[in-house]
Amino acid sequence: MTLKRRELLAGTAAAGVLLGSPTVLRAQNAPIRIGEINSYSTQAAFLGPYRNGWNLALEEANAAGGIDSRRLETLFRDDAGKPEDAVRHAGELVAAEKVDLLAGGFLSNIGLAVAGYAKQNKKLYVASEPLTDAIVWSQGNRYTFRLRPSTYMQAAMLVEEAAKLPITRWATISPNYEYGQSAVKWFKELLVKKKPGVQFVAEQFPALGRIDAGATAQAIAAANPEGIFNVTFAADLANLVRQGNTRGLFERRAVVSMLTGEPEYLDPLADEAPEGWIVTGYPWDQVNTPNHVKFREAYRRRFNDYPRLGSVVGYDTVNAIVTMLRQSRTTDTEKMVDAMEGLKFQSAFGDVEFRKIDHQATLGAFVGKTKLVNGKGTMVDWRYADGKDYLPSDAEVAAMRPKDA
Amino acid sequence: MSALAVQFLNGLASASALFLVACGLSIIFGVSRIVNFAHGSFYMLGAYLAWTFTRGLGWVGYGPLGFWGGILAAALIVGLIGVLIELVLLRRIYQAPELFQLLATFGVVLVVQDVTMAIWGAQDLLGPRAPGLRGAIDVMGQRFPQYDALLILIGPVVLGLLWLLFNRTRWGTLVRAATADREMVAALGVDQRKLFTSVFFLGTFLAALGGGLQLPREPVQLHMDMAIIADAFVVVVVGGMGSVGGAYLAALLIAQLQAFMLLVPDFEIAGLTISIAKMTLIPSFLVMAVVLIARPYGLLGKAPSHARTQASVEPVVRVTPPLLAKFGFATVAALILLPLIADEYGLMVATEILIFVLMAASLHFMMGPGGMASFGHAAYFGLGAYGAALAAKHFDAPMEAGLVAGPVLATLGGILFGWFCVRLSGVYLAMLTLAFAQIVWSIAFQWVAVTGGDNGVLGVWPSIGKTGFFYLSLALAVVGVLLLRRAIYSPFGYALRGARDSALRADAIGIDVKRVQWTAFAIAASFAGLAGALFAYFKGSVFPTYAAIPKSVDALMMVLLGGVQTISGPLVGAAVYMGLHEQLVRATELWRLVLGIAIIALVLAFPQGIAGFAAKRWAKEDGA
Amino acid sequence: MSVLSVRGLHKSFGGVEAVAGVDFDVAAGEMLALIGPNGAGKTTCFNMLMGQLRPDAGTVSLDGADITGLPPRAIWRRGVGRTFQITATFASMTVAENVQTALMSYRGDLGRFFARAATLHADDAVALLDQVGMADQRDRACGVLAYGDLKRVELAVALANAPRLLLMDEPTAGMAPKERVALMELTGRLARARNIAVLFTEHDMDVVFGQADRVIVLNRGKLIAQGTPAEVRAHKAVRDVYLGGGTMSGGH
Repeated sequence: MTLKRRELLAGTAAAGVLLGSPTVLRAQNAPIRIGEINSYSTQAAFLGPYRNGWNLALEEANAAGGIDSRRLETLFRDDAGKPEDAVRHAGELVAAEKVDLLAGGFLSNIGLAVAGYAKQNKKLYVASEPLTDAIVWSQGNRYTFRLRPSTYMQAAMLVEEAAKLPITRWATISPNYEYGQSAVKWFKELLVKKKPGVQFVAEQFPALGRIDAGATAQAIAAANPEGIFNVTFAADLANLVRQGNTRGLFERRAVVSMLTGEPEYLDPLADEAPEGWIVTGYPWDQVNTPNHVKFREAYRRRFNDYPRLGSVVGYDTVNAIVTMLRQSRTTDTEKMVDAMEGLKFQSAFGDVEFRKIDHQATLGAFVGKTKLVNGKGTMVDWRYADGKDYLPSDAEVAAMRPKDA
Repeated sequence: MSALAVQFLNGLASASALFLVACGLSIIFGVSRIVNFAHGSFYMLGAYLAWTFTRGLGWVGYGPLGFWGGILAAALIVGLIGVLIELVLLRRIYQAPELFQLLATFGVVLVVQDVTMAIWGAQDLLGPRAPGLRGAIDVMGQRFPQYDALLILIGPVVLGLLWLLFNRTRWGTLVRAATADREMVAALGVDQRKLFTSVFFLGTFLAALGGGLQLPREPVQLHMDMAIIADAFVVVVVGGMGSVGGAYLAALLIAQLQAFMLLVPDFEIAGLTISIAKMTLIPSFLVMAVVLIARPYGLLGKAPSHARTQASVEPVVRVTPPLLAKFGFATVAALILLPLIADEYGLMVATEILIFVLMAASLHFMMGPGGMASFGHAAYFGLGAYGAALAAKHFDAPMEAGLVAGPVLATLGGILFGWFCVRLSGVYLAMLTLAFAQIVWSIAFQWVAVTGGDNGVLGVWPSIGKTGFFYLSLALAVVGVLLLRRAIYSPFGYALRGARDSALRADAIGIDVKRVQWTAFAIAASFAGLAGALFAYFKGSVFPTYAAIPKSVDALMMVLLGGVQTISGPLVGAAVYMGLHEQLVRATELWRLVLGIAIIALVLAFPQGIAGFAAKRWAKEDGA
Repeated sequence: MSVLSVRGLHKSFGGVEAVAGVDFDVAAGEMLALIGPNGAGKTTCFNMLMGQLRPDAGTVSLDGADITGLPPRAIWRRGVGRTFQITATFASMTVAENVQTALMSYRGDLGRFFARAATLHADDAVALLDQVGMADQRDRACGVLAYGDLKRVELAVALANAPRLLLMDEPTAGMAPKERVALMELTGRLARARNIAVLFTEHDMDVVFGQADRVIVLNRGKLIAQGTPAEVRAHKAVRDVYLGGGTMSGGH
């Protein structure tokens, strides 16, 4: 299906050449340059697969003739996890390398820093991974778009499941920074709205990457909740799972957990992956929609590895950009922004739209339960939660977004 | 009740883990006076190697012998790597000025990060659990992991073994003597070099053992080095540098505090909800600040013998040679003309370097003439940035006002923190600056309502264009550097230098040493704050990272690389360090490896710093 | 009238009385030597006079004003100069700059941030250095000087505040015998010319008996004798303390 779309679009491009559009002729041979900034050295585990996905989509696009016979190329920069470095790279990419647009971002604050740069310098920025709600809402601006389902959306997906459970006493464990704080805030707010009787009996906010898991598990157990909402991930999660399993923290308790079903976080847990947790994630081996099968096979062929969620994000970021360019037919920033607003494109997960109202993409996530199969964690009973169903009302969004955005 | 008992056990287990890493660092510092920044890297290497031996190779399996043998073998190998680094690198620079070795160990950190990633890959690796210790024991009706129970024992056992080693062997006696008084041991005819090497082996072995023993608790990953190093330093300083017993006591204190604070319910004071359980970032550094203020040498530490620690003779500060002055004028002239030739990005890089030149010069002011090294100079840089950003955000202040508000806030911070810091000296002073910087950082990070937390303060853009901002930065950097330079050559600068050279003599000629140092501290803070405020407008946003440890390390590297005892040192250091970094990040994905190797090479080539080396060449006939 | 008056000075450390009730005076222009075996309490006594230690009891008066327990820099402001047993100079400064710094402090310049210190009071510094015979080495770094020269620099520094009283703790320690006498002769000349009271401790009995106008002897924290060099030399208790007499020289 992807291929068909490409053929179709390539055809449109060819038609453009034939019609002799002046924009196309002028820029015919110069490649379109994308400046991509990410925390490669500090978040290597997640960004390796991301970059693979990125490159795959880029190669596909170029193999299909690029944009109006202009090749696409990417300049990657490592911000080392520092927003100030990301801003420097943005400046370098725009001023020295003359990139046509910026993309990337894994950490929320880096996404926000680059978004601020994009606004100030009137450059298009397609933020791929940063989860913070602020990037499209309270700090949203005309030039910034975000692909991945946000903290709010992921929390809303889990609230839907949590509200179905016959329990009322909840505890939360969350890394102590913006992502964790927002996730807990939304989870509480949305769950109370949906199920007014619920109570939150304990909150733990361990420092990111430095959880004292035994003590944290103990403190949660002491409050004796019926359900636990977990936001920790990566090393903190592994720590918590080990301590919690040994101490029986998760026995006879429901656990609802953000992102835990993503292979990035589930796979390192190997045979100790928790069972029966309700999670958002990506069951890469079971999603058999045509788009996804095509993507998965291409990824396997190219990298001899299975895709992670990051691979999808990288792949779809490029897809979105390519689709946008094929529509805008120009690298003029304002026209590209106009094309991005309301842009519909085919992602590995299906139809996705960049909403005009807040520049958030409607990419969804998979919600399901974790299970151990052959000594490995995987997701069962999952369904695709389309992002468009987990966003606040347009009125609420408009109220959150700055007037000048 | 049982919950409290189990929480106490949790604290004990964490204390053991913390102690194992920290004691090696403490022993190394006690003898060699090296602030070993790479200690966390050895911890990480120990964990990775242990993973390889117990799981990665696949053939050892899960047997107890394979598991424990693997951890021990990993620790031994890392100990040998430590010996190699000591022989090849550190041994050549023991005579360099205080803290210079820090620069070398920082280079090692960078190299190890990239090498580890190249060998083991980026993904977290989950180690095996200890054979036979996967379950839990029953403690008053609660389950407590068997492995944690074992850890509780391992800490004191290692403490006991170290005590026997230090008190029942000739080698241990020598180490203790060297910790108390290095020169005396040298005078006794002991081969110091062998002693240092063996101590470094023991220290790195213990670090790696600590890393390996974490296998059953947490996955092995690339952030382990940085996550542990700050905590390890805190434990060492709180316990008293060189005191192994003190390290255990400090680990216990901090771990218990962190375990029990999680149980404190939220409460309200004057309408503000206070959540102690949420302040997980603050306690260890708060403990360090309190301990250093109350007991300047840590819980069980002893004051270093004074006459001897002050032995390093700093070179005479001379009037700038005419050629250098001309070179300075030429540089400024070239910078004024830069917008004519450089593109926009060139100007941006130049602006950034100028801002860091100002920051490095401010650190140099307190570190060189003032003799007060700071591991937390980012605090004032960060305060300056937040001062400007918050003024802009909350009071709609124009840029001119923001550039005043930043330094003012930084100066206030410098006055407050400096008052405590100048009561200490040497590494203890440096550690207290680090503690205060971490407190500033945690406030920036956790006081979300005001600072925006880690999402920062956004939209702080200058009211002038990029070229204008370059000239503004140039003007402020040049004026700032000249003012600081002027102050060094002024009577106040002489008083400051006098207080550093000999506090005894300074006091005896009527100089109020503490007050002079306090003033210098505040001045340094205010110029760092100016740099921070400029940086805020330059980047358009402010984040807690501006006040975080890596920024402090950057500043320290610039000063050390340039040369502490040369006034032009920080200027050269900032330009070289920033320039190298900027070029390498763009040129290669292995920039940390290359930067690390470059730093190590520079350290070996210029033990006085780059400008220090040049100055020495310049004035060889002086004999100073 | 005496410049320095010490009355009933006491100091104990952990129950051991290091100085147990000491009284003495030093007059203007007088060279008073404080001697005694090791551990007699000389340095403790000195540190109390200079404000490094706080006495448990007793008073120290300078020109009739009580200065007991003041910090060193306050005592210095009232006109007391001091040299140390192990020389304390500013190693990163030249010889002249060391003296200049003291002069700047004395003249209240040290709070100035913009003046050029290198030329401030340079002539006065050289004049002082001239008096101790160090003017020709004014531009050398203090860190590289010979020990005897450092002692003389310290003397010049101590003279910078035009002191009424000079406290010298073992001024000749570590010097060659010939240099010792020369230094104290120099000190004596300056003291008489400037009418400065000088209190010094000393191990070298040639220096003590050759240069002091008066000698006081401390043993186990108490004064056991005082008088002219000749009187003290003849004093029985002093001879007993110094192990059977005769060999009251050298030895530390």
